[in-house]
Amino acid sequence: MSSTGTLTEDVVTVAGRFGAYGGRYVPETLMAALEELEQAYADAQVDPTFQAELDDLLHHYCGRPTPLYFAKRLTEQCGGAKIYLKREDLLHTGAHKINNALGQALLARRMGKQRIIAETGAGQHGVATATVCALFGLECVIYMGEEDMRRQELNVYRMRLLGAEVRGVAAGSATLKDAINEAMRDWVTNVRSTYYILGSALGAHPYPTMVRNFHRVISREARVQFLDEVGILPTAVIACVGGGSNAIGAFYEFLPDANVQLIGVEAGGRGNGLGEHAARFQKEGGGVPGVLQGTYSYVLQDEAGQISSTHSVSAGLDYASVGPEHAMLHDSGRATYVACSDDAALKATVTLSRTEGILPALESAHAVAEAIRLAPMMAKSAVLMVNLSGRGDKDIGILARELDLRGA
Amino acid sequence: MAIVFKRKPGIVAYLTAGDPDLATTRDIALAAIDNGADVIELGVPFSDPLADGPVIQRASERAVAKGTTLTQVLALARELRSARPAAGLVLFSYLNPVVRMGMKAFCAKAAEAGVDGVLLTDMIVEEAGEYLAEMKAHTLAPVFLAAPTSPDARLKAIGEVSQGFVYAISRVGITGTQQSLASDAAALVERLRRYTTLPIAVGFGISNAEHVRAVGEFADAAVIGSALVALIEETKRADAAAAVGSFVAGLHANLPAIEANQTDVLTSRGA
Repeated sequence: MSSTGTLTEDVVTVAGRFGAYGGRYVPETLMAALEELEQAYADAQVDPTFQAELDDLLHHYCGRPTPLYFAKRLTEQCGGAKIYLKREDLLHTGAHKINNALGQALLARRMGKQRIIAETGAGQHGVATATVCALFGLECVIYMGEEDMRRQELNVYRMRLLGAEVRGVAAGSATLKDAINEAMRDWVTNVRSTYYILGSALGAHPYPTMVRNFHRVISREARVQFLDEVGILPTAVIACVGGGSNAIGAFYEFLPDANVQLIGVEAGGRGNGLGEHAARFQKEGGGVPGVLQGTYSYVLQDEAGQISSTHSVSAGLDYASVGPEHAMLHDSGRATYVACSDDAALKATVTLSRTEGILPALESAHAVAEAIRLAPMMAKSAVLMVNLSGRGDKDIGILARELDLRGA
Repeated sequence: MAIVFKRKPGIVAYLTAGDPDLATTRDIALAAIDNGADVIELGVPFSDPLADGPVIQRASERAVAKGTTLTQVLALARELRSARPAAGLVLFSYLNPVVRMGMKAFCAKAAEAGVDGVLLTDMIVEEAGEYLAEMKAHTLAPVFLAAPTSPDARLKAIGEVSQGFVYAISRVGITGTQQSLASDAAALVERLRRYTTLPIAVGFGISNAEHVRAVGEFADAAVIGSALVALIEETKRADAAAAVGSFVAGLHANLPAIEANQTDVLTSRGA
C-alpha cells in the first residue's frame, strides 16, 4: 500500500475495483449488509419488473427524459463553441439526485427495509431521499453537518416538510464528510433494519457502481439527444465533481466515444492551500490516494494521513475524497479534472441567469464556468454539453450574501 | 514477546494515544499493565473515526488537534516495549494513516518498535492481501474483528487469517459503554470457536468488573475501551495514570489467575 496508487496487487480480481481504486474498507459489522445489498442489487438489475417500475417512475414522477437545451444567448456571448445544457435541474426536487434516491428506495423496499437513512451536503440528496421515502411510506432520517444546515436552510425545511427527521452533526468540520461518518455510525448500529441510501458514487462496493448505474440515464439520454437533435456527439461533456455522481452519470455512456472529451470540474474554493478548496486532483495541494469512508481514492489529507478540511462556496462540492471511478478516469487520462474558484462559479451563476433565465445550483455553476472559459477558445463548430445537475433556488441565501447585484 | 493472557478473562486496555498527551498516555499504559492489563491496544487517533462512539471520537479529536501522528505513536510503542517487555502491545488504527505511511514501511516500523500485533478497524479479510503478507514478513499478528452480523463463512476466513487473538464485537454498533452485555456476544464467541483455536477477546461496551466476569464465562479476554477513555477525559492529567491503574486493578480483583501459557499462541517475534 503505497501512495503510488496501488493498494493491493491483485486489484483486478477484487469486486468493486476501478483500476486500483474502490474496494471495501469498512467495519466488519457492515460486511454482511454490503454483501446482502450487492446480491439484492444484482438480482434487481436483471429483474424486468424492477427496471420497468423504475423507468415508469423516472418518467411519470420525476420528469425524465430531461431536455437537452441549446443555450443560444450564452453561446453568442461566449463567441465560440455551442453550449448545450442537459437539464437535470428540471427533474422533480430540482436535481439529478432523485435518479439515485428513487432507484435505491425501490431496492430498499424490495429488501424489506422500512427505515431509511441518508446523508446530505447541499441538501439535494436529503430532499430527494425524503421525497422517495414519503412516496413509499418509509421512515427517513437524514444526517447533515450543522454548517451545511446553516448554508442550506431552505432544504432543511423541505426535508422536514416531507416528513424526514434531520439530525445535525456538529463534529469535525460539520459538513458532508462528518454527516457521512454519522450516517455510517447509525448504519453500523441499526444495520439489521436500516437501509443507507448513499448519495454519491462513493463508499464501499457496491455503492459506487450502483449509484453510477442509477445516474447513467443522464448520458444515455444525452447521447441519443445529441445524435437525434444536433446530429453529432458533443466535443466535450462538462460536469461538476463533488463526490462525482452527476459527473459519472453524465460521462458514462460517452466513455467508449474516444472523441468526446470528459471534463470534471472540482471546487477550487478560495485558494490552492490545503483546507481552502476541494480539488482532489489538483497537482499542488491536492489529494493523494488513501482510504476514506469505505473506499480507496484520492483524498485531501495531511502528511500524517489525517483528513483535511475543505472549502467551497457550494455545500455540495466540499468533500475531501472523490468517487473511485473518477480516480481511475483521472489516472488513465480518459477524463480531465480542472478546478473552478468560488468567484468564477458565482460569476457563472449570474451569467447563466441573465443570458438564459436559468438559475443554476452553485455546484452546477462550476461546470457552467468551465464552459464559459473554454467556449471562446474553441471553433464555432465545436459543441459543449454542460450537465446542469441542479437548480439554484436552494442557494438564494448564499447568493444574496455573496453577490452585490447592483455591481454584478 | 507474545500475547499472553495471565487470567481468565484477560484484560485488553484500549487507549487513544496522545489523549491528553503522549507522555501521559505512556504513564497510563504503564499503570494499566502494572495493574493487570495483559494487552495494551494503542489507538492511533484519526480525524474520522466512523466506527467509534462519542467518547473515543472526542479523544481522537483531542489527540489529532494536538498533532499526534502515527510516527509518534510508534515511538510511544517502542518506549512501552522497552519499559515492559512482557506486556502485549497491539496498534489499533484506521487505515488511512497507515496507507499514508505505506503498508510496507508501517509494518517494518511497527516490528522494529516491538509491537506484537495490529488491528485495522476498516480492513476486512478480502482486502487484506498485501497487509497480511507484510505482517507475516515482519512476524506481526494481524488481529481481525468479528461481528455478530458476520456469517459463518466470514468467521471462518477471519479465524484463518487472525493471529494473537480474535476480537469479537459484543453487539452491532459503535464503541461505547452499555448497561448490560448483549446476548449477541456469547453466541458469536460460540460460533467463532468452530473456526479458531486462538484466544477470543470480547469488546464494545465492556465497562466494569461485572461485565468482565460475564465475558469470562464464555471468552478469553475482555477489551475495555470507552470506559477507560471516559475516565481519562474526566480526570486531571496528573491523576490519570493512578485512576486508570486502580480502575484496571478493580476489573479483575476477584478473578483467579490461570496458567500463563494457556493462551500463548502468538508466534514470538524473532522466532
